[in-house]
This record gives sequence, structure tokens and C-alpha cells, in this order.
Amino acid sequence: MLAFLFRRFGQGLLVVAVMATLVFLGVYALGNPIDILISPEADQREREEAIIRLGLDQPLWVQFGLFVKSALAGNLGTSFVHGVPAIDLIVSRMPATLELALVALVFAVVVGITAGLIAGLKPRSLVGRGIMAGSILGFSVPNFWLGLMLILLFAVELKIMPAGGRGETRAFLGIQWSLLTVDGLHHLILPALTLGIYKASFIARVAYAGTREVLLQDYVRFARAKGLSQRRIVGVHVLKSIMIPVVTVIGLEFGSMIAFAVVTETVFAWPGMGKLLIDSIYRLDRPVIVAYLMVVVVMFVVINFAVDVLYTVLDPRVRVTREV
Amino acid sequence: MAPVLTVENLKAHFFIRSGVVKAVDGVSFDIAPGEVLGLVGESGSGKTVLGASILGLVDPPGRIVEGSVRLVGEELVGRPEEVLRHYRGRRVATVFQDPMMTLNPVLRIDTQMIEAITAHEKVGGDVARARARDALAAVGIASPDERLRAYPHQFSGGMRQRVAIAMALLHRPQLLIADEPTTALDVTIQSQILALVQALCAESGTALIWITHDLAVVAGLADRVAVMYAGRIVESGPVDAVFARPLHPYTRGLIDSIPSRHRRGDALAQIPGMPPSPARLPDGCAFAPRCPRADAACTVAPLVSGYGAARSTRCWHPHVEVETAA
Amino acid sequence: MSVPFDLPTIAGPAAEGRLRRVWSEFAESRTAVVALAVVILLIVVALAAPLIAPQNPYDLAQLSIMDNKLPPGTRGFDGRLYILGTDDQGRDMLSAILYGLRLSLFVGLAATAIALAIGTVVGVVSAYVGGRLDAFLMRLVDIQLSFPAILIALVLVAILGKGVDKVVIALVSVQWAYYARTIRSSALIERRREYIEAARGLALPHSRIVFRHLLPNAFTPIIVVAAVQFAHAIVLEATLSFLGVGVPITEPSLGLLIANGYSYMLSGSTWLSVYPGVALVIAIVAINLVADRLRDVMNPRLRL
Repeated sequence: MLAFLFRRFGQGLLVVAVMATLVFLGVYALGNPIDILISPEADQREREEAIIRLGLDQPLWVQFGLFVKSALAGNLGTSFVHGVPAIDLIVSRMPATLELALVALVFAVVVGITAGLIAGLKPRSLVGRGIMAGSILGFSVPNFWLGLMLILLFAVELKIMPAGGRGETRAFLGIQWSLLTVDGLHHLILPALTLGIYKASFIARVAYAGTREVLLQDYVRFARAKGLSQRRIVGVHVLKSIMIPVVTVIGLEFGSMIAFAVVTETVFAWPGMGKLLIDSIYRLDRPVIVAYLMVVVVMFVVINFAVDVLYTVLDPRVRVTREV
Repeated sequence: MAPVLTVENLKAHFFIRSGVVKAVDGVSFDIAPGEVLGLVGESGSGKTVLGASILGLVDPPGRIVEGSVRLVGEELVGRPEEVLRHYRGRRVATVFQDPMMTLNPVLRIDTQMIEAITAHEKVGGDVARARARDALAAVGIASPDERLRAYPHQFSGGMRQRVAIAMALLHRPQLLIADEPTTALDVTIQSQILALVQALCAESGTALIWITHDLAVVAGLADRVAVMYAGRIVESGPVDAVFARPLHPYTRGLIDSIPSRHRRGDALAQIPGMPPSPARLPDGCAFAPRCPRADAACTVAPLVSGYGAARSTRCWHPHVEVETAA
Repeated sequence: MSVPFDLPTIAGPAAEGRLRRVWSEFAESRTAVVALAVVILLIVVALAAPLIAPQNPYDLAQLSIMDNKLPPGTRGFDGRLYILGTDDQGRDMLSAILYGLRLSLFVGLAATAIALAIGTVVGVVSAYVGGRLDAFLMRLVDIQLSFPAILIALVLVAILGKGVDKVVIALVSVQWAYYARTIRSSALIERRREYIEAARGLALPHSRIVFRHLLPNAFTPIIVVAAVQFAHAIVLEATLSFLGVGVPITEPSLGLLIANGYSYMLSGSTWLSVYPGVALVIAIVAINLVADRLRDVMNPRLRL
């Protein structure tokens, strides 16, 4: 098992390296690095200074070296708009996005698995068919419009939810979290719901298919022949068996959740990394865009790796053990 | 002595889009306590469905349409699921054919054995674990403590089947239904498992239904044999008598086609034709199309007729002349 | 996201019979047939938009700014009926939605078609050349597929700028990988068959194999992927436009309409955002229903 994980870790590093190269090429070779890295506001003298400082007059491979070196040191450029290092900006917004993605993911997993399981156990019942129909609706409705409609219903019409923004925060381990305050949670509900419904639908469908398949397996018949209660069979045997395909989906989805948060954050004016990205695209704050890319790539690699580890924990067959 | 299991005119049919599949179509037999019954039949004869029906495990689109199954006098057909659950695993146990699929691959052996115990008795985890350990030892698995913590894929086929047998006998059931448990195993392992099951059942007084298509297994193991064809039992009786002097032409054909019964160089005997598809059974005797003794009378389904000494057959033209000649 | 599938083993000439069989199985689900009818209707309506829309909402000369933000059902200053109301520029919402649908479907189809073409070429080349090239291309595909589409699209439009063509490019860049992977799988299976044929002494020219055997057999999984990706493309375009980085505001886009209507929604003029969204949802749900049914038909094992 360790060998497998080592290999995956190495692959992850490779992906980061490839992405860094691609980003470098995109910025330095294809784009005009002067436009991308030096603020358009700078005057001639500042530009010349910046060119020398950033090594833009050096050969390409030297620039690549500089890029890598500063990237490893955590320096991914300075924001034009805010004047602070881009990486600081992104890191300061990360907790908000992570909060949102996490709550949305938990929602999606719990609702999705439960719905898929119920539908899988009684596929021809009204509830089962309703759940499957609902799931198609769930992943067909565009994220942003869903958010708007929820705001319309709950904030404008019913006036029971805030229409946007992040709630109060409380510090924990040096970071501000809104999860820890009631007001914060109140503000989290609609955005997390919006972000989570799409994934919940997907997970429900995977859980449904998995449940249908597991119920046909001999070990479920044998469990019944042993006299186990339906509760035990579903809660332990079926659930554990469908966890494997579900976890695969979840792992990949958390990463894309962070990406989709871009839209949700914009709709709800949620001050996370995603909104920062959109704002930066608007204002052509390119260093931030570059920094965002690199940060997201690293996050993805880490998440994929974590999923691999989780996989080996859940499916004993994946662990390479000696035959007893 | 009262029989431990009485099956009377049991019919289990499957209702699918293209029609009705009469998998089990009027089966009756008894088993005495501690007796071993060999249930013989080819694929499609309905023997597996019969085993499932006894436990009430026939799933939609199939169901039991008629008949009765009584375990020491208690009727099982038509009882609610909650009631049947108490019989399953405790008073009637099963062992299936493919142990890789009967054991959940993502759960440990001890989990699966302990849950079988706690489903029927309120015992503590330690007590249950000790019983599981003893059960594994009883089926001949070395280092049972380590094996308990293992997963099914870490066992060989024969050992997995031993685990399944151990699980089945945890509650010392009155009846064990073994559905082709050795078909998927190597020949040497087969005989080990056979001997094991025989010994364990004898020791705990468990009646045994051994479902198989292999006559040789039945010959060595069973006290009585019942031959199934197209959803019905066509012959039943004590094993030695049936093998020596089979009544039904199908049974005769089966026994004649065993290769060891012929001298080298003789042509191997075969029963011509194929068994009918259970979805399209002919009226009358289902074996008639392949039977050398069939005639016009066989367009009507034969009734069960007894021939002394607990033998019976469904045939208008059984090989009785051999019997009377003796 | 890949579609597991079983490939049928018949070659070209039998394709017609197969199409009929596929259709009859497809048609067994009433929902799917209705959904397909809706999709076709939408396509027809979208194509005919310039003819049937009450006004061309992007011809500034036709707009009457005095008619702005009228609720659905009111009459304008010149007496015409605005069935779905108007937006803040006086645009008739119904016309805007029709034109917007037209753009969405056009962008979706164009992106899907181009991505399909590129993906097919890459997939076939990858399968036939094999070796290092194949490994490299597939690694590229895997990496791309592990990134969420929205991120890739966002970055591309950030670099390339706004515009319908840029949006199509971004969508194509996101989608081609799905097709490449699917086609490559089919191509590999065909190649294996080809070896068997060659061993029997029948050497067919590659072009014949590709056109008469490979493509008809790959049709099955491809059409499911294409249907799903079509829906995705529409959502992606609407999302990009909503975020303001998609098509410019001079072009009709349902996403832009919704974005535009956002601020008015909070003050009560809800129709500006609601109706374009409903139109979008109808289109996407219909396409997804069709794709779902197609997937069930093509692979009974996955039948839900």
C-alpha cells in the first residue's frame, strides 16, 4: 500500500510541476508578461525597474528558474489592485471558500446518499421515483439561477434569510470562521444549499445505482438467510458497499466544489477565493489570477491524494496484503 | 418420529413479461431429524428456487403461489417477514455455492460472524467473538483468532466455504440447506468439505438438504435422494435403493450416464435432448419428449405413486418390472 | 466523467436496423419522447427566432426606452402586448428569451460539434499510433478531465477576452477530452478486431475501417456523451455570461439577461431574471432527460 501511495504522491507532484510550467508558458511565453506582471499604472521608470527586478530581460529558461524559485518561496506576484502579495490575498480569502465548500459537501453527501439509498431500496415507489426525478432537476438547474431563485424566495419574499454576504465570524486557530457563530451559519445556509444541490443530485444517482447493484449480490441474500434485520443489512452491508463508488465521486467533487464556488460566491457576494477571482478577471488583476491557478492546482492534487488514501482505508481489497 | 421438515405441494412461480415461469411446480417431501436428503437436478430444474422457497427468500417477480412448508409442525408459508427472520439462520440455515459472493468482501470475518450471532441472541461482543472463534476451530481452520480479523479475499475458496459452514451452524439449526456448496471447489477440497459437513451435522443432529447436480456426491453422502426435473420431484427414496433400481426413466438415464459405470471402450450413454426451458413447460409429463418409454398416456401429467419402502415416483411407466422381478 | 458502455459488434450496413431498434427502445419511455419533442421544438423556435419574435431585442432602433420594466402582460405605449414584460432597456422579454435561446443552442451545438471533431481526431490518432504518443495524449486528457470545466473556461476567457467565438473556444477546450477518451476506447476495440481480421488474411484499408466499422460502432457511446456535453455547454455559456466574462452585452444571452435582472429582482421586478431562467431550465432538463434515456438504451446494464 505504501508503494501505491508513494507513486500517487509522485504523480501529484508531477501534475503540479506540469501546471506550473503551463502557467509559466501562458504568462511569460504566450501572454505579454509585462502586461501581466507589471501594473498598467506604472510609469516608464517603474516599468524598467520592474523589468529588471522580475528578470524579464533574461533568457526564458532563466526566467523559468526565477519563477520556480519565487513560487517555492511563496511569492507569486503582487496584486495590481490591492498592492499586496497575491498569495496573501488568496490565503486570506481561503477560509470563506473552504467553509462554504465544506458545508455544501457535507450537505450533498448526507442528502445524496440518503436519497439514493431510499430510492434504491424502493425504486418503483412514489418516493423513489420522485427522488430520481428530483435528481435530474437538481443537476439541470444552473447554479447561479438556483441561487437567485432561492434568494428571491427566502430573502425577498419570505424574508427569513439574508440575501448575501458572510455572517459574523469567530477566530479559531488564528483563522476567522463564520461556522462558529449563529449569524454566520444563518448566512451560510442558502449559499451552501445552492452549491450543494448539484452535487447532491449526482451523489444520489450514484448511490441509487450502487444500491440497486448491491441488492442483487449474493452476500445480501446470504445476509437475509442468516436472519439479519433489514436495518442491519441496509445500514451496514449495503451502505459500506456503496461507499466505495460514492467516495470516489465525493473526492473528485470537493475539488470541483471549490471551483463552482466561484459562481455561488458571486451570486451571494460571499467574500471567498472565487469572488476574488472574478473580481480580478474584471479588473485585469492578473497576478492574482496566476496565483489563484497555482493555489487551486496544489489543492486539487492534495485532495486527489487524500481520496486515494481514503480509498485504501475503505476497500480492503485495494490494500496489497499477503494471502493468509 | 415427526419429520423436521414437511413440504407439501409447494409451487413457486415467477411472473415475468413473457409469461409465467413455474420454477417449482408441486413439490412434496419430508425430512426426518438428522437425516441427509440429496436433492439432485440439472440447471433449471428448480432445485435452487426450492431451497430459497423453504426460507421464504423468493424475490419478486417470483412468489410462492401454493403449498405448505412446515418446520416441526410450524407453517412457514405466508408468515410475515419479521417472523421468518427468526427462523432464518437460527433454525434453518443455508450455505450457498460461491463463498466469495456470500461473504461481504468489505467486511471482516468476525463482523459477519458476530452479526449472525447477535441477530438472534442478546450476547455480549466478547461472548459472541469466543463462539465465533470456536466455530471456526470446529470447521478445521487453524489460528482462528487471526483469521477472525481477516477479510474474505484473504482466504482460499475451500476455507471460505468452511467459514460459511461455520456461520451456518452457529445456532445449531434443525435444518441446513446446502445449495451446491462444493461445485466451485477443487475435487480434493470437495471431499474434505463433504466429510466436514457430514460430521458436523451428525454431531449436532441437524437435518441436511444437499442440493447438487452431481450424483456421485449424493451416493456417498445422503440417506435419501430426491430427483428433480422441470420443477417437480420425479423420484425419491432411500439412496441405495434408488441407485440400484431406479424407477423413473430420467433417474435411470442419469445413473447410466455416469462414466464410471461403463467399461473402457463402451459408448457413453446419454439422455437425448435438452431439459425444457422452465418458461415453456409442456403439458403432461415434462420428461416425455426425451423418454424412451413415453406414449399417449404421458400427455397427462403423472401423479405421485408410492412403491413401498418409502419410495415414490411420478411416472406412468416406471421401471417397475425390475422391482417386481427382484 | 466517462460513460461505461458495451459496444455492439455489427458493422456498417446493419446500422440502419440498429437505429430503428434504438429508437423503438428509446420511445418506450414517454417522458423521454416528450423531452425529445421539447428539444426539437426549442431548436425550431430558436432557428426561427428572427421570424417569430415580436421584435429584435438587440436592434436598438426597435426599442422603446419608455416601455422599460413593464410587468408581464402589460401593453406598451404603442399598444403592443408584452407577454413576458420588458427589461430595463425596454426589451420585450419574450423576444429576448427567444434570441437568447438561439444563442445558447448555437453555442452549445457549435462547441459540441467542434469538440467532437477534435476529440475524434485525437482519439483515433492516439489509438492507431499507440505507444508514447498515446500515453502522453491520454495523460493530457486525464489531467484535463480532473479539472472542473468552469475553471478552465474562466481562465481561458480571462486570457482571451469576451466574445461569442472566445466562449466557443473555451467550451471546446473543456469538452474535447471527453470525446477523445471515448473515441479512443472504441478505436482500440476496432483495432483489436482488425488484427483478428488481418490474421485471417483480410487486410482492410484504414479509411474503410474508420468509416464503416469504427464510427458506426462508436456512435453508441458518443451520442450519449454528446447529449450530456451539449447540456453542459449551454449551462457553461450561461454561467460565463452571467459572470460577465462570456458574450458581450451586445449579444443576446440568457445568462446576461439573468445577470441584468438581478438588481431589479430585489426591488420587485422579478420577471427579468425568472423567465430567462425558466427557459434555460426547460431546455437543459429536456436535453438531460433525452441523454438519460439514451444512456439507458445504450447500456441496459445501467438501466435505472
